[in-house]
Amino acid sequence: MRIFLAEWRKLRRPAFLFGTLGSVIFVTGLVTSLLFLLIDAETGNADRGNRITREMLQLADGFTIGFRSAGGLLGLVALSVFAAQTAQEYTYGTLRNLLVRQPRRIRLLFGKYVAMTSFALLSVIVSAITAIGLALALSGRAKVVTDNWFTNDGYISFGHSFVNVLICTIGYGTIGMLLGLIFRSPISAISIGTAYLLVVESIISIAWKPASNWMPGNLLSVISSGGSPIGVENAPTYSQALLRVGAYLITASLITGTLFKRRDVAN
Amino acid sequence: MNTPAIAVNNLSKHYGDVLAVDDASFEVPLGTICGFVGPNGSGKTTTIRMLLGLIKPTSGSGSIIGNSIGHPEKYLKEVGAMIEGPAFYPALSGLENLKVLAKLGGIPFERCQELLELVELGDRGADKYKTYSLGMKQRLGIAAALLPNPKLLILDEPTNGLDPAGIQEIRDLLEKLSKDGVTVFVSSHLLSEIEMISKYLVMLRKGKVIFAGEMQELLHRSKPVIIAKPTSKNSLPFLAELINKTGHHAVIENDHVKVEAEESFAVRLNKMAFESGIVLAQLTPVRASLEETFFELTGGAE
Repeated sequence: MRIFLAEWRKLRRPAFLFGTLGSVIFVTGLVTSLLFLLIDAETGNADRGNRITREMLQLADGFTIGFRSAGGLLGLVALSVFAAQTAQEYTYGTLRNLLVRQPRRIRLLFGKYVAMTSFALLSVIVSAITAIGLALALSGRAKVVTDNWFTNDGYISFGHSFVNVLICTIGYGTIGMLLGLIFRSPISAISIGTAYLLVVESIISIAWKPASNWMPGNLLSVISSGGSPIGVENAPTYSQALLRVGAYLITASLITGTLFKRRDVAN
Repeated sequence: MNTPAIAVNNLSKHYGDVLAVDDASFEVPLGTICGFVGPNGSGKTTTIRMLLGLIKPTSGSGSIIGNSIGHPEKYLKEVGAMIEGPAFYPALSGLENLKVLAKLGGIPFERCQELLELVELGDRGADKYKTYSLGMKQRLGIAAALLPNPKLLILDEPTNGLDPAGIQEIRDLLEKLSKDGVTVFVSSHLLSEIEMISKYLVMLRKGKVIFAGEMQELLHRSKPVIIAKPTSKNSLPFLAELINKTGHHAVIENDHVKVEAEESFAVRLNKMAFESGIVLAQLTPVRASLEETFFELTGGAE
């Protein structure tokens, strides 16, 4: 608990907290706004030029589509936060201070991870509020009937979406933490992480399509969308994606833990 | 026998082919101030990191207050440390930085402000760390090291960046802590400071311990010197020759002759000079300083 609270003293600094939550509001707001404002656009209103029709938005889960669509971007924010919070301890040299006060390395790492996970949870909550608020605000203008939204089916759908987006966000964050620990530099960790997830995975997927079913970024998108990513054919099922992501996260955690426990702190 | 504050036995650390610390063995008794000196790259910081559990030794063993360095969780709650200068989060205030460490170590927050007052940062605690001067950062590092009210304080270059008044304050603080029973293990390039405050000394050279023991023992090891200055510079060669005839080694330096001899030789030298018609304006036995001894043992400037 002490490690968790100590980590939060760093996470709660105003520039960082409001800056990160501001970017969460911005990306969620952008995705949700485009969904409603471009509803009749020929060029599409969703990721990769796909169209989310008025009828789809009027379904019970319609108000969560914007929130779900922002999952990947929320993940990138989480990746950056986890990577920066981990790598900065090396660049500032503060890790040695932390380890002198808390020499149980795995406990320290776990406490930091739980604190960052709770920060990811806060980001997802803010994103959900933003997405739903904007969906409600823009539904009239987009002539979307909201009668099915706030029903039992709607609430259940929201619950599923929330858990899926949270898993996706934490998944990206865990990758960020591993990269932060490997590269020990926030800039390297974030740039390599985002370049891999946004560019390298896409290139590999184009070059060899079956590989996309095993790529962590693609699998997290499947989870975020609840198993049916818009415009993606032959994607793995939700349970397949969950299983594969679980295996990756366990592997990432083992590598992270081993590196953190065994590596000399020489800076 | 009392448990030593630090005991190190045949401790070594290799980085590939590079031997950073080579079979180091020394002890630091409880309640003393022990200086830790050596040229750059001699392995001081590596040794300190091994003592704090940050680096795993390649071989050898050590203990801090009776606990093996293999289990730092058993002793670090009683140890305060500042390693290789202060390291804090630039965007947090000085006080907030201390609170992060206090929370981690289960130390009451009230201690943070107390320590800021102690290191004369009481009125700057709310300012961001990145706005601090080098001296202020150093003081904050010392405050952080004092957070757990330590039995053993390990400081790596604590006076870096401090002005003479600041150095004096740190010296007074360390002496006060020592009087209160805290063992202080301090590395510094300011050998005169180390000489002034330390009772014990550990000296490293190329990773090896070349001296570990009481400071006085080291200073007495160095050859005593007598400075003899005649009233006339013309007498210098004759005076040096006279001394060399007695079997002592004399060299001319500027306006005086430097003689390697015990203090007792001064009486004989004075008589000899007088009888040879040389009037001495100065005849002073001199003990080597730590700096001179350091260069003598390490064989060069740092």
